[in-house]
Amino acid sequence: MIPYFLIAPSLLFLGVLFLVPLVQTIALAFQVHGAWTTANFTTMADDINFHDAIVDTFAIVAIAVPLQLVLALGMAMMLRNLGRGRDIVLWIWSIPLGISDLAAGLVWLAILTDQGFLNTILLKLGLVSGPVSWLSYETPTALLIGIAFAELWRATAIVLVILVAGVQMLPKEYNEAADVFGASPWQRFIRITLPLLKPSIQTALILRTVLAFEMFAIVQAIGGRNFPVIVGEAFTWQYTNQNFGVAAAYAVVVMLVSLAATLVYLRALRTPREQIG
Amino acid sequence: MIRITTRVLAATMALSLPALTQPAQAEDMVFLSTQLRPVEEAQKMREIILKAGPVPTTYVADFPQVVPTRLAAEREGGKRTVSLVGALHGELQPLVTAGDLVPLDGLAAKLAGRGIPPALMELGKLGTAHQMYIPWMQATYIMVANRQALPFLPKGADINALTFEQLAEWSTAVQAATGKRMLGFPAGPQGLMHRFFEGFLYPSYTGGVVSTFRSPEAEAMWTEFAALWKTVNPNSTSYNFMQEPLLAGDVWIGFDHVARMLDALRQKPDQFVAFPAPAGPKGRGYMPIIAGLAIAQGAPDAKGADALIDYLSTPATQIKMAQTSGFFPVVTATLPDDLEPGLKLAVAAIARTQSAPDAKPSLLPIGLGTQGGAFDKIYLDTFQRVVLRGEKPRAVLDRQAEGLKKIIAETGAPCWLPDKPSQGPCPVE
Amino acid sequence: MKRSLYLAGVTMLCAWTLVPIYFLALGALGGRDLVNTFPKPFWPGSASLSTIRDFLAIDGVTAATIASVETACLCMLFSLVLGLPAGYALARFSFRGANAYRLLILLTRAFPVAILALPLTVGFIRLGVYDTPLGVSLVHTALALPFAVLVSSSLFQAVPRELEEAAWVFGCSKFQAARRIVLPLALPGIAAIAIFAFVISWNEVFAASVLTVRHRTLTAYLLTVLSESPLHVQFAGGFVLILPTVAFIYVVRKHLFAMWGISNR
Repeated sequence: MIPYFLIAPSLLFLGVLFLVPLVQTIALAFQVHGAWTTANFTTMADDINFHDAIVDTFAIVAIAVPLQLVLALGMAMMLRNLGRGRDIVLWIWSIPLGISDLAAGLVWLAILTDQGFLNTILLKLGLVSGPVSWLSYETPTALLIGIAFAELWRATAIVLVILVAGVQMLPKEYNEAADVFGASPWQRFIRITLPLLKPSIQTALILRTVLAFEMFAIVQAIGGRNFPVIVGEAFTWQYTNQNFGVAAAYAVVVMLVSLAATLVYLRALRTPREQIG
Repeated sequence: MIRITTRVLAATMALSLPALTQPAQAEDMVFLSTQLRPVEEAQKMREIILKAGPVPTTYVADFPQVVPTRLAAEREGGKRTVSLVGALHGELQPLVTAGDLVPLDGLAAKLAGRGIPPALMELGKLGTAHQMYIPWMQATYIMVANRQALPFLPKGADINALTFEQLAEWSTAVQAATGKRMLGFPAGPQGLMHRFFEGFLYPSYTGGVVSTFRSPEAEAMWTEFAALWKTVNPNSTSYNFMQEPLLAGDVWIGFDHVARMLDALRQKPDQFVAFPAPAGPKGRGYMPIIAGLAIAQGAPDAKGADALIDYLSTPATQIKMAQTSGFFPVVTATLPDDLEPGLKLAVAAIARTQSAPDAKPSLLPIGLGTQGGAFDKIYLDTFQRVVLRGEKPRAVLDRQAEGLKKIIAETGAPCWLPDKPSQGPCPVE
Repeated sequence: MKRSLYLAGVTMLCAWTLVPIYFLALGALGGRDLVNTFPKPFWPGSASLSTIRDFLAIDGVTAATIASVETACLCMLFSLVLGLPAGYALARFSFRGANAYRLLILLTRAFPVAILALPLTVGFIRLGVYDTPLGVSLVHTALALPFAVLVSSSLFQAVPRELEEAAWVFGCSKFQAARRIVLPLALPGIAAIAIFAFVISWNEVFAASVLTVRHRTLTAYLLTVLSESPLHVQFAGGFVLILPTVAFIYVVRKHLFAMWGISNR
């Protein structure tokens, strides 16, 4: 009974405030002018940007999330070995957490745009003779890489903070024992640290992936119309086209994709019963 | 440390208590506006214009897309906070359909002597029998060019009377000389590109907007525009406001809403020239931009809103608005001679647009209800397919026309200028 | 040798993080001219605080900042109060519906808030929290709750059961044991949750703009309009808005590292 009491407050909170709006909006996805139908999903699938939105969103998630995990793991391990000053370093590394989507988009646009900082550096290094366009629809690969890089910069801190908190809880006895038995640092990392970090890695991946599927403001700032993403399309259908049904359909797609990804993580990174507590 | 945190949290709670229980201030009237949103303009609106107004006003700037949602939510929730709404014609249209605005016939009668053109007052009826908004300010779309581009104008071309052909020649010449594509359009996600097609390209080439959507002239038009696009800066699909690329020198020739180019004209009036959009075979199409003031249904302070509309329609205030925003007066008011140089450029271009001998005014869509966005999307998708993706115009036009027919059928909207008037829904031939 | 490699890596990563922030500051201080020149200078020639000063002098900025701070603090409070017990439940008990609960918690995060705007606003008006920092903080709490629940759950899992059991043996009630033993040991997690809650609340624009009219948070007040302002004003705005979160993380940073306890790092 106890666990149910403990989760009750949060469930109650969400239920009272969000259940009704959520159900109403999901229902909207299946209605057109009050009649129950899947027409919204057909409209959505036939839309000129649908295919690109799906591909682009998945592409960024597939590129950015694994890279961020690896990078954040490396950074967390580096912090562990740093002595004094590690809190300052962590502070610096988590500054991107505080930057709003607008500012992040602004900065990366200023870096990647034709007359931006990247081209200035390349010009000074003599690698290009004039401004090069990285973000136009004529250079889709460069655009993808640019956006992935911006996402990498912006959101690695999320994974990092979760992992650092998790690393704090790792008992050092196992590591010391392995050291005594001659395990190399790499072996200690793979065999001891990583499995013990599984809960934190699972949490970090779930949260990061859900957030990644929702990305929109920074992508729009950098890519404009050239890089549609699912939530961006939902937003456009809701507000520019004033078609709430199709917008809700897109939102349902995002929701299902995120939940599916979460289920995958929950199964794949499940911690066996013995390890709990 | 936990103690400190608890203390901090307790202090915050104490500070927040007033916020938790705060009733809305009953004194200030809430003026919700989708125009004059940029930080500096909103600041000027508050300090210069509203401070001298008849009632204390709280000026709230909102994204245009959020306004129908907010008004609908306040209506359904039963508590209206907003009294006065200031927005563009197209943004006020769905509010009428939703029933969130009150008729202003009394106020319209009171303002009869101010000189608002009857055509604008008619637009203010939004297709109903009553006055639903009072015109507030007007503008149009113009083109701006960097003086460095002027030497490349085709021989014999008058910049104030260009044709699309001459524009293409000009842009090609600039590209040949500089090696870069220096023509720009606001084709970004918040750009007003759809207005270019609805109000400028279609009327100029085909003489209509809806009825001529898939005519042979339209096909020729799209083919020519696709060719013109080869000289357009590809970053145009990210441009929302042309003033930035113009100021940065990314673009030498640009088309946009006058208020979205004003910053460039104001900052460097010596570097730019402003001129009307080009003409096509059927004339020089242009679309006016009308912003209007409306009172929300169930407004907490309808009297105050009334008084503020009156105040905002006085010639003196209208002139102040013009100096702030780049929109121009709707009442009879002469702009002073000592206008800033940048503003002077814009005024002149607008005047030339409206008084051009081949001018073809293209009215704003009327009667589209909540389908305004879907209507715009038809044109934007056509642009994306034909120009950006290189599909064949005939096939795209036929397919898109089906969508257009559906919208017209659903809303029953009759034709509007420049299409010939129709009995019943506007036909797509 | 190894040590210097480490330090080089750390320095490079610090630089990678700070360079874009530097550009942001450059744009904010450099004024109109810098954002429009090419090649871009790396040092502000005529640095001036005027854009930033003008930005801060905008009517209503102080009130909006206070509203933002209130909202963010409420969000932190609610997230912790609601999330910590749930995290404990997930960590210590394996009960039916645990995974379903996790999915449910994520639902409000997985579904874009912007699409919920209309029914949410209607609901909030009816509850009487429209146009209050409390109302906005409730939405922000829903957005931060997945972080609170999942992070605290993964951290509580790492606190050995034996410590709690020992406390029970010595006469502590289960609640006391949880509060006095587990909670302090999981402090890094609590700090992380607080940071996420603050940052999420501070930077959230959409719900904050839709749900407020007169009492807007700073981001709702400015960001809705910033995207249409001239470029250098956008830089100034972006830069100013990042400072409070940076300051907050600075204040809380030490707590992300365990001070005492099982791993003693």
